[in-house]
Amino acid sequence: MSGSVNTQLGAAAPGGGALLARPKGAGRGRRSSRSQTIARYLILIFILGYLIVPLFASLEFATRGDFDKTTKTFGRSLASFAAIFTYPNLIDSIVASLQIAALTVFGMLLLLVPTMVWTIVRVPRMRRVVEFLCLLPLAIPAIVIVVGVGPIYRWIGQNLGAVGASPLTLALIDIILVLPYSYRALDSSLRGIDTGTLSDASRSLGAGWPRTILQVIVPNIRGGILSASVLAIALVLGEFTISSLLSFNTVQVVIFLLGHRDAYVAVAVSLTALFFAFALLFAIARFAPGAASRAQRVVEEPAA
Amino acid sequence: MTATTPEPAASGLGVAVVFEEMHRWYGPVHALDGLSISIAPGELIALLGPSGCGKTTALRALGGLDEVDHGRILVGGKDVTGVPTNKRNMGIVFQSYSLFPNMTARDNVSYGLRLRGVDAKARKKKAEETLDLVGLAVQADRYPHQMSGGQQQRVALARALAIEPSVLLLDEPLSALDAKVRRQLREEIRRIQIMVGITTLFVTHDQEEALAMGDRVGVMSAGRLEQIAAPVELYERPQTRFVAEFVGLTNRIPAKTDGTDVDVLGRRIPLLPGASDRGVVQALVRPENVRVTPAENGSSRVLAVSFLGALCRAQVALPDETIVVAQMAASESSGLYPGVAVDLAVAPAPVFVVAN
Repeated sequence: MSGSVNTQLGAAAPGGGALLARPKGAGRGRRSSRSQTIARYLILIFILGYLIVPLFASLEFATRGDFDKTTKTFGRSLASFAAIFTYPNLIDSIVASLQIAALTVFGMLLLLVPTMVWTIVRVPRMRRVVEFLCLLPLAIPAIVIVVGVGPIYRWIGQNLGAVGASPLTLALIDIILVLPYSYRALDSSLRGIDTGTLSDASRSLGAGWPRTILQVIVPNIRGGILSASVLAIALVLGEFTISSLLSFNTVQVVIFLLGHRDAYVAVAVSLTALFFAFALLFAIARFAPGAASRAQRVVEEPAA
Repeated sequence: MTATTPEPAASGLGVAVVFEEMHRWYGPVHALDGLSISIAPGELIALLGPSGCGKTTALRALGGLDEVDHGRILVGGKDVTGVPTNKRNMGIVFQSYSLFPNMTARDNVSYGLRLRGVDAKARKKKAEETLDLVGLAVQADRYPHQMSGGQQQRVALARALAIEPSVLLLDEPLSALDAKVRRQLREEIRRIQIMVGITTLFVTHDQEEALAMGDRVGVMSAGRLEQIAAPVELYERPQTRFVAEFVGLTNRIPAKTDGTDVDVLGRRIPLLPGASDRGVVQALVRPENVRVTPAENGSSRVLAVSFLGALCRAQVALPDETIVVAQMAASESSGLYPGVAVDLAVAPAPVFVVAN
């Protein structure tokens, strides 16, 4: 029996090596896999270069010191970063931008979380409508928003005095601008928990809506809230067009103006803002993962 | 479509619950169609029916989680139809795991007590007592993700009971669990319910669960209550065709009826009230009421035999190729093998008939 099998194998594989021989095209496959790996690395290097080279260039530019005529190179100095604190307008604008960001986050969460929970629990058929409304600002150009809200700001400025003229009122527009991004972050978090059942359980035990949202829903969508908040902060800190068109001195507007006077400080401020954004992303990575790992773990039924 | 008088309570505690002509529409769907039920204090009513029959809608309406368009709900004689859920004092255990993931078992159980202003010491004591009741006192500091499904549902039961609710509502609480845990937990729920003496509405689509747990079982179809009765009565004396076909296994055997009795497999047996068909019909006969006897000249033959532990089930083909399932004690199944010729007879238990 085995002999016949061997004979057949021998016939099929003259020299005893045909069956073990490299299949046709195998070398080509390996070559193609190698070239794919090279292509992957090239793409990675290109993308990293695209992202990192400008940062290094900015850092190099912002840390330039005096020009040495003999070596024809710049010395290194942190004077531009130190100078940030010597421009009163700049500090004021940073403080104002942070206040606007905080107000925007607060307003956005206050508007979105109850609305989204209510929609899921009570009127699920309205979910699409809420989603559409939240995504709408993506399709509206900044200039249209400015033209639209211009009269409102004029009214606020005329009737609310110092409050109306404060850049903090800009938070009202920024809440609208951040809606698409924050909605997505919160929506994915709310889909990750059984919002309806948790709300029903909380209310059946005697809680009203505010307590249900604050003590049951919010702690379980912490990751989504953090993501939505950081996206909102990043957007507010980077927003230029509307602040500029409405003549409010936010950090981006002041950086732009500063760029005409002292490009080194302007770049130093930009880098600092970027570092701040990185720090926030790090904070998300630090605080968010708990919820996800809790939801995914499975515990076996104990033996009877 | 009956709202029968409640039977004596399981323990005499708890409050009476009455559904009065409840209607609920979801667009064109009539989810509750004049549902009326009276539940005695301390009684466990199991609502049984296929998906979409309205049983969960009825439970949610009682819990205040859903509204009714017409009708009234009385709890302890008080009309609670318009009372919001957080003011009804109902303990609800849901089908899906509903423990708050950010809280330990103890905190979950204490949640309702905290809302009622119970001080921390009393809260802790009560939570531990209630967790002990469901056999999970040692798991008090665990988070839901550290517990199995069965344990989570036990904690959910403890959480519902801790607030000393007027009514306990169980919305298919066992359906996400595996068969063994299901059986254990249903016995435990029943034990606790009898011990506490709380009026309970239990919703399920599992007949075995409903028949095993309910003092009475209500069978629903298309938003209407088909019949509500003690499990034995429901099983042995179904009042509607739907109940006869839905509850338990049923054979459809060709028969003839004159409106009083019915001829099935050569035997004349009484007809259950409610069956209005006459002439050639199909009798709905339970497998345990079919007798199979091996006989060399038997006109039927065994197709298959299934051993189910203490019981045995045989599939038998009649001469007209109608397939009948017979169920007997395993000890009575000797001599039954596929291909064996047998005689079939029907026990003289009253049967329901449907049009042929």
